[in-house]
Amino acid sequence: MSEDSTRKTLAVALGVCLVCSILVSTAAVSLSKIQKENRKRDKFKNILQAADLYSKDIDISATYREFIRPRIIELETGETVDPSMSDLLNVETFDIRAVAMDNELGTRVPADKDAAQIKRKPRFMAIYPVVKQGQTQKTILPVYGKGLWSTMYGFLALNRDLKTIDGFTFYEHGETPGLGGEVDNSQWKAQWQGKAAFDDQGRVVIEVIKGQVDSSAPGAEHKVDGLSGATITTRGVDQLVRFWLGENGYGPYLDKLREEMADEQS
Amino acid sequence: MSKAKKILLDPIFNDNPIARQILGICSALAVTSKLETSIVMALAVIFVVSFSNLAVSLIRNHIPTSIRILVEMTIIASLVIIADQFIKAFAFDISKQLSVYVGLIITNCIIMGRAEAFALKNPPLTSFLDGIGNGLGYSFVLLSVGFVRELLGSGKLLGMVVLKSTTEGGWYLPNGLLVLPASAFLLIGFLIWIIRTWKPEQVEEE
Repeated sequence: MSEDSTRKTLAVALGVCLVCSILVSTAAVSLSKIQKENRKRDKFKNILQAADLYSKDIDISATYREFIRPRIIELETGETVDPSMSDLLNVETFDIRAVAMDNELGTRVPADKDAAQIKRKPRFMAIYPVVKQGQTQKTILPVYGKGLWSTMYGFLALNRDLKTIDGFTFYEHGETPGLGGEVDNSQWKAQWQGKAAFDDQGRVVIEVIKGQVDSSAPGAEHKVDGLSGATITTRGVDQLVRFWLGENGYGPYLDKLREEMADEQS
Repeated sequence: MSKAKKILLDPIFNDNPIARQILGICSALAVTSKLETSIVMALAVIFVVSFSNLAVSLIRNHIPTSIRILVEMTIIASLVIIADQFIKAFAFDISKQLSVYVGLIITNCIIMGRAEAFALKNPPLTSFLDGIGNGLGYSFVLLSVGFVRELLGSGKLLGMVVLKSTTEGGWYLPNGLLVLPASAFLLIGFLIWIIRTWKPEQVEEE
């Protein structure tokens, strides 16, 4: 058989592809368990970061189990639900994408209400209250929405006064490194701390503005600096925070908590 | 110097793929803002270039010329995916920082260049050595640039504070330029200058 005959060419192409695909799939399959574990740890780490409980030397899993009391809620009613109704509703492996795409557990977001441009959202969400000495200190809410290139996934920590933002972190996004990618820059994230997300009437007032916030101007407590060179990413963050804190996101759940809080006080 | 040793060590200073052949600059700019990412990237490239050289060389007499490049790309791409999977499994935090750049090793011209220029014409063992040598040459530049950029750009080495920056109450004012990819151009330029002053035979004739 000559080097360049069609049969030889096909045989070599097929052989190379076969060997390569076996090698690649072996690596992918055999390492997937470790990778999954890594992703879970990374998720814990991000939850702890949003909760301001993370430092380099802590045991991530142990700290997570000590302080975080995750539960599944139904977004529309704000009720806590029993996770045993579906395998997808496991608090530890909760995959927003899988739940949103599920026919039963996910739902379509009408275009006119879809500020975060997510098209579908889960009907149920895993949320992560931080409990210290039997008291809920803050609640960590998963949020996501479209940026410039990608869907950005993050955690928003809401103080127990249900008004103030205690922390914000993005754990997955594909924005331009150095520009939109700065959404996971710790300095930028630190700005969110202490900002008021709601006004006294419970309306969502937090906003990401273009340029820098003048801290002496009125309303500075609910404005966050935009990222320079990342207008669309910044707008995406602004929209997704408003969406998730609003009536189509965690609104009903937060209203319920507010009522409970008012009952306790009266 | 024996031939094997020459093949292995020449690409480090005498025929460095970045400094002499000016290949693989793109990734050298992107991942060198920290030493840690530079090290992982360098290891990944050494792995990919040596094994792709070995594999291409093993089947060099059977590769039809019409699909030569495709076969090489398939081999390189598979090795890169394997390297990527390993990094994701054992160095997850670094894999998040390297993000797309591990995948982009596929387009690193050094690897394709060595497969084409060396592995197609030489026996497997020498090709393997050539791959390691070129990987080391690439690593040398990456680590030098990463060292300078992390030290002067953020005052740290491997994440540990060496020069305490003013933002943390120290005396060192970090050089913001060195955090940006463009600074790697300058540093690689300086490196080429140093190497060519030391070894004037590398200077191109006018």
